[in-house]
Amino acid sequence: MAALSASADRYSRRPDVVRERRTWLSIPASYLVILLVLAITLAPMLYLIAGGFSSTAQLNTDPNSLPHPWVWGNYAAVITSSAFWQAVYNSALIAVVATGLAVTLGSMAAFALSRYTFRGREALFALFIAGLLFPLNTAALPLFLLLQHIGLNDSLLGVALPEAAFSLPFTILILRPFMRAIPGELEDAAIVDGATRIRFLLRILLPLSRPALITVGILAFVQSWNGYLLPLVVLTSQNHYTLPLAVTNFESTYTQDTARVFAFTGLSMVPALAIFIFAQRKLVGGIVGAIKG
Amino acid sequence: MARTHSAARRPNQRHRLRKRVELTVLLGPPLVLFIGFVLVPMVFAAWYSLYNWSGFGPLTDFIGLQNYGGVLTGPDFHEALEHNLIIASLSVLIQLPISIGMALLLNRRMRGQTTLRLAVFAPYVLSEATTAVMWLLLLEPGGPVDALLKSVGLGGLVHYWLASTSLVLCTLFIVITWKYIGFGIVLLLAGLQGIPAELREAAAIDGATPWQVTRRVTLPLLGPTVRIWIFLSVVGSLQLFDIVWIMTGGGPADASATMLTYLYFNGVQRTEFGYGATVSVVLFAISFVFALIYQRFALRRDTAGALTRAVG
Repeated sequence: MAALSASADRYSRRPDVVRERRTWLSIPASYLVILLVLAITLAPMLYLIAGGFSSTAQLNTDPNSLPHPWVWGNYAAVITSSAFWQAVYNSALIAVVATGLAVTLGSMAAFALSRYTFRGREALFALFIAGLLFPLNTAALPLFLLLQHIGLNDSLLGVALPEAAFSLPFTILILRPFMRAIPGELEDAAIVDGATRIRFLLRILLPLSRPALITVGILAFVQSWNGYLLPLVVLTSQNHYTLPLAVTNFESTYTQDTARVFAFTGLSMVPALAIFIFAQRKLVGGIVGAIKG
Repeated sequence: MARTHSAARRPNQRHRLRKRVELTVLLGPPLVLFIGFVLVPMVFAAWYSLYNWSGFGPLTDFIGLQNYGGVLTGPDFHEALEHNLIIASLSVLIQLPISIGMALLLNRRMRGQTTLRLAVFAPYVLSEATTAVMWLLLLEPGGPVDALLKSVGLGGLVHYWLASTSLVLCTLFIVITWKYIGFGIVLLLAGLQGIPAELREAAAIDGATPWQVTRRVTLPLLGPTVRIWIFLSVVGSLQLFDIVWIMTGGGPADASATMLTYLYFNGVQRTEFGYGATVSVVLFAISFVFALIYQRFALRRDTAGALTRAVG
């Protein structure tokens, strides 16, 4: 009886720790599984980066040993090439414009849809959310036809505008419940103090919504940064290429110079991984929030 | 009396006018962007799909539904659709159990947990282009993967990973799994953390073994998350393009063609834009019908079904 209550007491105090540790120790195989998963996940990326320090000759004859000697020329050639920086610039410009538009217009719409009551509000919300069922990849060719009509073909704006439009649904989906949850008393207080609703949005609601804004911003940015099919269809001249297009283009142009392709591809991972490490908690949390609606 | 009445009404009217102006300013720009670049292109696609048009000159060659006949009865399109469905089924049958297992593992308290989650999620943020080129380099005949297999004595497993018609879809599925599984794991982890610990504790106190707790308490409660996982995974499989196009171009001999590589090859590369628009409409219809059916039969009970309830 004493033992029972003692163990119940233990459970009630730190239930998780107690039970998890027990199972954890009883299954050391978990360690193996985790090590295996880590290796499968990280090894390809590390190999790619290391491969950029090898010579092509070594990669051909002895692909699975560390570079000997370490060659800096491949990375140096990529870093000093204008093609790489032009692509980084194009990608960054498109992503910044697309993200800025998506976050600005998305928060305007979310504000109207969360803190005003008007007829047709839910229908309008449903219309925006229906966009989630219509992925950008499906629309690439129709968008190309449209952009041709309005003269935005082969322009960076022709990629950024559709990307912003296709980011609106999840932006609104995440921001609306967030803005809704902020108490109405705050709004009443602001209005009593003489603020207009727009002022309330700019001065109080948006600063309070910062975590959600950062989340949707990062999601929109990463989506734009990684986009492939739309830029492939829309951008025809090489000096407009985004980073993903430049990577595949480089790969097919320098097939013989494998080590340089390794270096170019390896470097192309850096911006995305840097953003990820910088913002991982918000990104992961945001995706979870988006799914839970 | 009349005076007070009108005095009470005027500010009210002004208030209403003001609200209308505010709503127009707030909703106008997002609506224009959304309608202009999400809805209008679909109308364009439906319109162009009725013509035989190869990119130059006005639309004059009206052919009615002939393009649709071509897409829907063409064996190439059927084969592409079949590949999309194979990838979708493999995802649910293989990726899902692995993801659930990994999520259960990562949900435990242990050292380095955050780092582990980070590592598992990292491939998801790489661009599809980078991922595809990376695996292209690794899977080259005689390349790193082959050399690794040989060095551990599994040389017999070496194959033409991307050049064999029977193997190419499996190889692509492995690459896709590598790229996207982290997202699914994070999703399921969020679901697991939403399950109150009291429920598992209660079962444990009642004498359930850890396996029984997982099987009878945790997994059933994970149902809604799993259903969303399946939804996203199938829709993603139907839209598969980047990795396939870069690694194989849909080949060899169309053995890895998907609906979107079919669209890109037949619509864009051969500049048969009318035909390509038709494929877009068909692809959209397939995704849409799947979403509606899935919403009706699987997501109906879940609050998380909000995503599809909006149009369902």
